[in-house]
Amino acid sequence: MPAIGEPAPTFSLPDTDGVERQPGGAPATVVIFTCNHCPYALAWHERTVDIARDYASRGVRVLAINPNDSERYPRDSPEAMRERVQAGEFDGVPYLHDESQDVAHAYDAKTTPDVFVLDADAVLRYRGAPDGDYEDPSQNASYLRDALDAVLAGDAPALAETEPIGCSIKWKPDD
Amino acid sequence: MAELGLDPDTVEVHQIETDSEARREGFIGSPTIRIDGIDVSPTEGEPYGLNCRVYHRRDGRISPTPDPADLRDALSAAIKTRP
Repeated sequence: MPAIGEPAPTFSLPDTDGVERQPGGAPATVVIFTCNHCPYALAWHERTVDIARDYASRGVRVLAINPNDSERYPRDSPEAMRERVQAGEFDGVPYLHDESQDVAHAYDAKTTPDVFVLDADAVLRYRGAPDGDYEDPSQNASYLRDALDAVLAGDAPALAETEPIGCSIKWKPDD
Repeated sequence: MAELGLDPDTVEVHQIETDSEARREGFIGSPTIRIDGIDVSPTEGEPYGLNCRVYHRRDGRISPTPDPADLRDALSAAIKTRP
């Protein structure tokens, strides 16, 4: 995993329309590894989509990446991803498919969700959970918001790393 | 379980490790909780496999575990129907 304060891995992945997306080009980029069927990812989903909406005016980009093996877990297929996007569940957040799982490996992502915040220079500034309790919507992705506020102010987040909580990423059998 | 006069030590934990085992056991995801073989939160059309189960709490929140009240009700119902 890239250490806090070190450059984050770059990547180019297709969204549900086949458009290649890359991190960067923004004062801060949020990379969220997530999926369609994990209860933790679903419980936190609205809170993380809210981040994209609330920070859009400040130029923050949010990229959601599904790294799960869609052959063994058809609910994470590109078609199933597209259905969620078309249903409006991502509200403009690109939902990318990491078919090779190379990006998840490069980030050493562990769970869905697993959240990373990159600054304007694509340096990793935060990694972990969106907030402290998936069951409590009032927490409002506070870890992530605090990290973004710090990065946008040019500061290091006071809490730069938390334990990611969620379902394990569904790696391909050879892994 | 203790509240209902049942012995918590009677809970049996089975680890499902393969897709074929999931199919054989009719396992649709973790955790699956059965009382006398009956799923406490039955759902239809779910594929068998090593999935993560999605439950809904009574207030609508998504959760990785059943609502404790649902579990309590299922236990109570099972007790009443036992011979």
